[in-house]
Amino acid sequence: MTDFPFQPHDEEGLVFNEPWEAQAFGLVLALHEQGLFSWNEWTTVLSREITEAQQAGDPDLGNTYYQHWLKALEHLVLEKKLSSISELDVRKNKWLRAYANTPHGKPIHLEAADR
Amino acid sequence: MPHDHHTEPPSDLELRVKSLESLLVEKGLVNPEALNEIIDTYENKVGPMNGARVVAKAWSDPEFKEWLLRDATAAVKSLGYVGRQGEHLQVAENTPKIHNLVVCTLCSCYPWTVLGLPPAWYKSAPYRSRAVSEPRAVLAEFGTVLEQQVNIRVWDSTSEVRYLVLPLRPTGTDGWSEERLSHLVSRNSMIGVELARDTEAVDT
Repeated sequence: MTDFPFQPHDEEGLVFNEPWEAQAFGLVLALHEQGLFSWNEWTTVLSREITEAQQAGDPDLGNTYYQHWLKALEHLVLEKKLSSISELDVRKNKWLRAYANTPHGKPIHLEAADR
Repeated sequence: MPHDHHTEPPSDLELRVKSLESLLVEKGLVNPEALNEIIDTYENKVGPMNGARVVAKAWSDPEFKEWLLRDATAAVKSLGYVGRQGEHLQVAENTPKIHNLVVCTLCSCYPWTVLGLPPAWYKSAPYRSRAVSEPRAVLAEFGTVLEQQVNIRVWDSTSEVRYLVLPLRPTGTDGWSEERLSHLVSRNSMIGVELARDTEAVDT
């Protein structure tokens, strides 16, 4: 894809603003490619999240898009019983402990939670 | 700072993604290498240059254009651009009488394969509603003023069908190579909020 040296570039700059947005985006595609849900199921849940966020007062200017995306992913994961609320909760706390136990600048591993 | 020897606690959003990712990987539902490959593809390898190449080819090659308008999914696949969600691509051709505009009123579906990921404004509530209710005003905000007799057609994307606009080829480009033509094709012109660039935009 380097045939054209002066390709038009995206004046918005990076397509993701923060790394977690890219991870959340990739997770949905990866699960879909594993056949765990259809793309139609996904867009239905995502549309619902966006509508609910707007009703709850989000001006929805595009900058919160991946927050809706993440919430939709969580819902679908629960709906498909790929995980549970308590399992996700326990894991979140474990990551928090891992961050707290990891010296600054070092990569964070989950095992650090139990140190 | 008293705690600077520890890593800053992550945001709640980061934690939620990390939790999902680590659990799904542990359960074998997500392959970490496949996940990295997907992210790398969308961050670095797909973007509006794919669509620009499709448009430039359609401007130069009548047979390809005919194929593109009839079966865009197959035509862009021949250039190596394949949708990952099994979605169909449809191309809407601008003419002197018809201008096409693409939106996804529900959830920002977008022809990723040929345009990369959508810009923030495409995902915003105002664009999603106003592109349908007052497309002419939306176009004017992008600096695109069409003559009154030009009809605007708005295409609402779905999870199954994504749309790409084939802009009008700018005048004064006879004999241009596809490569040179592609410089005139902006992302916004393929969404339909702008026209293809003037020839002055490219060094002659």
